[in-house]
Amino acid sequence: MSRTLYDLIGLAAGVAFILALKGLSHPKTARRGNLIGAIGATMATLVVFLYANEKSSLPLNNLGWILGAIAVGLVVGVPAARKVQMTQMPQLVALFNGVGGGAAALVAIVEYLNLGAAATTAEVVFTVFTVIVGCVSFSGSVITFMKLQELMTTRPVIFPAGRFIIAATLISVIGVGGWVVNSLGTTPLLILAGLSLLFGILFVLPVGGADVPIVISLLNAFTGLTVAASGYVLDSTLLIIAGTLVGASGTILTRKMAEAMGRSLFGTLFGAFTAKAQDAAGAAEERPVRSGSPDDVAILLNYARRVVIVPGFGLAVAQAQHTVRELADLMISKGIDVAYGIHPVAGRMPGHMNVLLAEANVPYEQLLEMDEVNPTFGQTDVAIVIGANDVVNPAAQTTPGCPIYGMPILEVNQAANIIFLKRSMRPGFAGIENELLYDPKTMLLFGDAKASLTKVVSALKAL
Amino acid sequence: MEPMAILAIFVLSVFVGFEVVSKVSSTLHTPLMSGANAIHGVILVGAIIVADHSKTNLELGLSVAAIVLATINMVGGFVVTDRMLEMFKGNKK
Repeated sequence: MSRTLYDLIGLAAGVAFILALKGLSHPKTARRGNLIGAIGATMATLVVFLYANEKSSLPLNNLGWILGAIAVGLVVGVPAARKVQMTQMPQLVALFNGVGGGAAALVAIVEYLNLGAAATTAEVVFTVFTVIVGCVSFSGSVITFMKLQELMTTRPVIFPAGRFIIAATLISVIGVGGWVVNSLGTTPLLILAGLSLLFGILFVLPVGGADVPIVISLLNAFTGLTVAASGYVLDSTLLIIAGTLVGASGTILTRKMAEAMGRSLFGTLFGAFTAKAQDAAGAAEERPVRSGSPDDVAILLNYARRVVIVPGFGLAVAQAQHTVRELADLMISKGIDVAYGIHPVAGRMPGHMNVLLAEANVPYEQLLEMDEVNPTFGQTDVAIVIGANDVVNPAAQTTPGCPIYGMPILEVNQAANIIFLKRSMRPGFAGIENELLYDPKTMLLFGDAKASLTKVVSALKAL
Repeated sequence: MEPMAILAIFVLSVFVGFEVVSKVSSTLHTPLMSGANAIHGVILVGAIIVADHSKTNLELGLSVAAIVLATINMVGGFVVTDRMLEMFKGNKK
């Protein structure tokens, strides 16, 4: 295959990626967009096996190893992607992003070992960049995975003098990076990789659980940039285009996500170090709450004219999407006006709840975004909050200094009655007490969301 | 390749990247992130190239690891994105 044909196919793959991102931005074209991206990536991979140049002859060296490694990747990646529960999808995306960053760092290390003294300064600089950012993306993603999977605490991890340790690590990463550029050698490069991995861990630890999706998106953009830098070293226009596209679109997406949560990017990353101490929640736990039975809830719903359902991650965990739809259908058949109020970050990631409810065939028109539903809470008789907490917590509007202060919330406190379906009095993912639970117009229904909803459905049917 | 040509490709790609996602609704943030994530799995191409260049066992070992990771990123990423979007399709009507 000639260089021209190789480059043309590379360009076609680059265009496919642009079309993929564009398609993914609109609901109607999203699936096709993803497919176009997959075709582009497959094309780009196949032509590498068909192109010979002064550096490589056909068939490729180590062909058996290459094909074997791809097979292993397929055997691991495809079942993981197919079988994952939709509730656990955010951490899978984090993990896929991390291994991509790790791959980019490894590619850079191999190319560095391979070029040895022949590497130009520019190539070494880009290699150093790829190793640093790829390693940060890898270890950072592993930490986000552990937080989302709740293998570790979801609260910000703050250690004494944390910001000085992080700053010192960053300075040494940059210092060692300069050392690698100045005096080529394998040892400094490996030290650099180790320090970068450490920095990735330290960088993500202080981020609170609720902000983790923003960090995943940021690390995703980082990985894109490492791919672009590898493209320079490996003389591949396609990698430069693809990596830059992901880097740029990922940056915009990170900003949009942060905006949807009412957070600044800086606040997300470093908020834990500057936030004032939270109010002690200990005293609050003793206060009385009003808990009800499924029958109480059914009666309240039966006489309502308008009900807004606010689903949260607890609904997804209990796999109660189908039961909640059954309840909604039943209420609609009784002439009650029903809508779902979807917070942009309901679930664990922006748009996550839409995916989960779509899985249960909830009609699209019933899903109202925050801006649409908030003005209607004043005319709402009952707001049912199912397994959500932080996204309705008025502390976001009333308590400066609390970790979610400034995040836009669903203003269920405006509704005439509020029903919380909760497993326990435990605070939400962000770890903050919710005053709304003690509000006199709030009724709590404790228990697993699915079991509770099933009881409410049968009680409502009996009325 | 010419450094200026590379810089031009880079700068233009940045603007295209900004532009294509500028109007995305929050509903699609997660699939879009996941799709972009799959696209950077194209580092697989780079991993194959360095595996071909590898002269020592260390280089080959590291590049084989890179191929495994990149394949997981690329293929897993596209499959999981498709699964998410499959669910959106059902409720369009």
